[in-house]
Amino acid sequence: MTIQTNRRGFIAGAGSLTIAVALPGGPAKAAVANSRLPLNPENLSTYISVNRDGSAIGWVGKVDMGQGTEIGWAQMVAEELDLPLARVTIVQGHTNATFNMGGASGSTGIWRGGAAMRAAAAEARRVLVEMAAEKLGVAADKLAVDDGVVSVKGEPAKKVSYGDLIGGKHFVETLEWNKEIGSNLAVKGKAKAKSPAEYKIVGKPGYRRRDVADKVVGHLEYMVDVRLPGMLHGRTIRPPVAGSVPTAVDEASIKHIRGAKVVWEKGFLGVAAPREWDAIKASRALKVTWSDVKPPFPGVDKIYDHIRAAPVIKRDVDKEKGKIDEAFAKAARIVEAQYEWPFQSHASMGPACGIVDARKDGARVWSGTQKPHYARDGIAMLLGLDPDKVVCTSMVGPGSYGRNDSGDVCMDAAVMSRALGKPVRVQGMRHEGTGWDPKAPASVQTSRVALDADNKVLAWYFESKVFSKRDAFNNEGDPAFTLTGQLLGVPLKPTLIFGGPEESYGFDSFLKVSNIIPPLLDRASPLRTAHMRDPGGPQVHFAVESFMDELAYAVGMDPVAFRLKYVTDPRDIAVIKAASEKAGWRPHASASKIVDGDIMRGQGMSYATRGGTRVAMVADVEVSRSTGRVWVRKWTVAHDCGQIINPDLLRLTIEGNVCQSTSRALYEEVRFDDKNVTSVDWLTYPILDMKEAPETVDIILIDHPESAPTGAGEGSTRPTAAAIANAIYDATGVRIRRAPLIPERIKAGMA
Amino acid sequence: MAKFELMVDGKAHAVDADGDMPLLYALRDDLGLKNPRFGCGLAQCGACTVLIDGQPSRSCSIPVDSLKGKKITTLAGIQKDGKPHKVQAAFIEEQVPQCGYCLNGWVMTSVALLEKNPKPSDAQIRDALSGLKCRCGTHVAILRAVKRAAMA
Repeated sequence: MTIQTNRRGFIAGAGSLTIAVALPGGPAKAAVANSRLPLNPENLSTYISVNRDGSAIGWVGKVDMGQGTEIGWAQMVAEELDLPLARVTIVQGHTNATFNMGGASGSTGIWRGGAAMRAAAAEARRVLVEMAAEKLGVAADKLAVDDGVVSVKGEPAKKVSYGDLIGGKHFVETLEWNKEIGSNLAVKGKAKAKSPAEYKIVGKPGYRRRDVADKVVGHLEYMVDVRLPGMLHGRTIRPPVAGSVPTAVDEASIKHIRGAKVVWEKGFLGVAAPREWDAIKASRALKVTWSDVKPPFPGVDKIYDHIRAAPVIKRDVDKEKGKIDEAFAKAARIVEAQYEWPFQSHASMGPACGIVDARKDGARVWSGTQKPHYARDGIAMLLGLDPDKVVCTSMVGPGSYGRNDSGDVCMDAAVMSRALGKPVRVQGMRHEGTGWDPKAPASVQTSRVALDADNKVLAWYFESKVFSKRDAFNNEGDPAFTLTGQLLGVPLKPTLIFGGPEESYGFDSFLKVSNIIPPLLDRASPLRTAHMRDPGGPQVHFAVESFMDELAYAVGMDPVAFRLKYVTDPRDIAVIKAASEKAGWRPHASASKIVDGDIMRGQGMSYATRGGTRVAMVADVEVSRSTGRVWVRKWTVAHDCGQIINPDLLRLTIEGNVCQSTSRALYEEVRFDDKNVTSVDWLTYPILDMKEAPETVDIILIDHPESAPTGAGEGSTRPTAAAIANAIYDATGVRIRRAPLIPERIKAGMA
Repeated sequence: MAKFELMVDGKAHAVDADGDMPLLYALRDDLGLKNPRFGCGLAQCGACTVLIDGQPSRSCSIPVDSLKGKKITTLAGIQKDGKPHKVQAAFIEEQVPQCGYCLNGWVMTSVALLEKNPKPSDAQIRDALSGLKCRCGTHVAILRAVKRAAMA
C-alpha cells in the first residue's frame, strides 16, 4: 500500500478546545482532538492519534468507573504501538472526542472496548511502519520499533520517529467495522495484533491507575464540582404515593426563598435557585397537591406471593437440551426447591448529579453517567435537537454499577434549563439515590431435577418468574427510560427480558426458562427495573448454586465432588478445583456444624460463568448461634477471564466486586409499603459495614494469554450469595432460600 | 442571612449565609472547595467528612452558626509541604479508591484514629471506621491501607 502523506489532514489551528479534559502537551494535542470531528467508526483516527512529540492518544468511547480499565486500555494501546505506557494518554467518554463504544456496560470495558483499541493500535503501528519504510527506502519487514522510533534492523542510525512520520496529523486509513454502535462495536485492520509471547506491558504487574493519587489528595474534579457561570441549582419533587402527579402547586409557599423558581410541566415538578441550600429549602417548603391514586404496590412482605400469582406476559426459553418431560416421567426421585431474591438498589455513594445548559440551537451536558453517548442522544430527543448539537462531557461520578439515577438528573436538568434559560445543575437527595433509582428486579426461581434410581441427574428444569430486568434499557438514551420522560407523557419502551443460568453442567436434558410478569406500576415507578451490576446474575445463580448443594446432599455427595461430576468445561473444572484446593476444602456430604462456643463454622462453594469468564468461590463463614449474625471471614476466589491485561487491578476489581456482592447477599433489600419505596437512606437500605468486611479475600488468577480477555467487572458478583448460603447450611444445617441472608431468617431457621 | 467566619485549612473566610445552612454548602458553594462531597445529608455515610478541631465531623449536618472559633480541616488540607499525609500515601500505595466519592470519610477518620491511637489493632480500626459507607466495596483495601499508614 502506498501512503500518500499529503492526503493526511493537517491540524486546523489551535481552535477552541471543546473537551473538558487537560490533554498533556497543550494546544497541539487539543487541535488534534478537534480535527478528528465528525467521528466515524470506520476511521482509524477515531481511535488513535499520534502527537508531534510521538506520544499517542487512545480515544475510547467507554468509561472507566474506577476499576482501572483506563490503564488497561493504555496498556493494550502502548503494547501494540511499541510505546512506553507513560506516552499513551487515554481520553474517554466525552461525546465530542470519542465514538459511542457503549460507555461502561456489561463488563465489556476490556473484553470489547479493549479489543477494538488493540486492533486500532496494531493497525496504526502497521501504517506507521509502512510510512517509515517509504521514508527510509527499505522494506517494512526490515524495520523494528522501539519507544516510538522506527529503525532499520541492524542499522539503528537509520531511523525515524512516530512524531516525524505523522505527529500532529491524523490517520486517513479506515478499519473494517461490524456496523455496531455501542458495546458490541468491533473494528479490524489489516494488521495482526502481537502474540502474547511478545508482550512487554500487557499482563505485567506494577502498572498503576493514574487517577488514584488525585482522588486521594482531593485534586480530582468530580461531576459534583462542576460549576458554570449563572448556573442554577435544581431539585425535583417526588410524589408521596408512587404514580401520583401534581394537581396544584402553591408558588407563594417558596416566595420567601431567594431566587427560588418552580418548573412544572405535566407530571414533572422541580424547583431551582441560585444557591444550592436555597434550592433544597424550596424543595422542602413547596406546597403541592397531588393526584389521588390507588396505592400501586403489594408491600414488600407480599412481593413473592404477588410474583407467584402474577400472569406471565412473556415466556423465554433461555436454553434447552433434550426432552425433560420424558425424563421427569421416568424419574425415580424428583428434587425441587424455590428461591427468592428482593428488589435491590444501585444506591451509589452520592445521589446522581448532572448539569445541562439547554439552548435553542444546542445543549451542553455534564454527567457522571457510565453512558455519556446515550445521555447525549436522550437529551437531544428530549429537547428536539440533532444529537450533533449536544455535547456530553463525561465526569467522575459517585460509582455507578449499572443504570443508576444519573439518567434522571440530566433529563431533569434539561427540562429546567429549557424552562429557565440558564444552565441548571441537579443533584438528587439521598431518598432519590436509593428510593427512586431504577432497581434490580425481585424474582422467584424454581429449580427441579429428575434423578434415576442410581442418583444420576436425568433432567433439570429451571425457571425464573420475574419482572423484566429492563423496564429502562440505557437510562438516558431515550426520555422514555427516565422518570422525567415518563412524567412528561413520553410513551414507555420496556423490553421484556431476563435470562437464564450460565454454567456447564452436563445434564442429559434441561430446560431453562424466564417467565416475565407485568411491572407493578408502569409509569414513573420507583420500582422500575434496569441493569444493576450483573443483571439477573445474582438472582439466578443464588438459586442454581444453592440448589446444586441441596442436590449434592440429596444424593449423599460432597458439594464440590458433585459439581466436578457434572461440570463439563475444562476451564470451569479448573476454577472449581483451584478455589477448593486453595481454600482447604473440607469434603462433607452433610452439614458439618462445627461448633466453637457461640460460633458455628461452615464452608460453601459456588461457581458460575459469565460471558466466557469463569469464577468459583469458597466462603468460610462464622454464624453466631445467639444472634444469627453471619460473617464471611474468608473468601477464596478462583477467577479466569481469559487473557489478563493488568493483574494488580484485576485483583482489586474482584475484591471490590466480592465485597459489594457480599453486601447484596447479606443485607440489601429495597423495602416498600403499598404507597412507595421506604428504603430511602442508609438506615433503611443498609450495606456492608467495615465491622462486617471479610478478613481475607484470597484471589487465584488463572491467566489464559492465548484466549481473548473476557469481562472482569461482574463475573464474581453472581456466585457470591449461594456460596454464603451454602456455608451457612454447612455451619448450621439451615437452608436459607430467601435473600438477603439476614440474621432473623437464620435465627428462625435454627429455632 | 448573616456573616460567619470560618477557619478552613488554616485560612479565615467570611461567609454570608443562613445560620442553619450546613457547613458542607459553605465549603462547596461559598468557598468553592471540591472536597468534601454530599452523600446523604443525614450524617449516615461520611462522604462530607471534615475534621473540626481534630474530630471527624459530618459537614452535611453541622450548621454554619455553630463553628465560631473552630478549626476546620478538609481532605485537601491534611497534606504537609505539598506532600500527601501518611494516610493518603498509604491509600495511594494500596490503590484503594474505585469511584473515590466516599474517600473523605475514610481518610479523615483514619487520620483522626492514628492521631489518637498510632498502632491500632484490626478490631480498633474496624470499630473506628464503622458507620462509614463505601459502595464500590473497597473495604479490604481500606483496612490494608490504614494498617500500612500505621506502620509508616
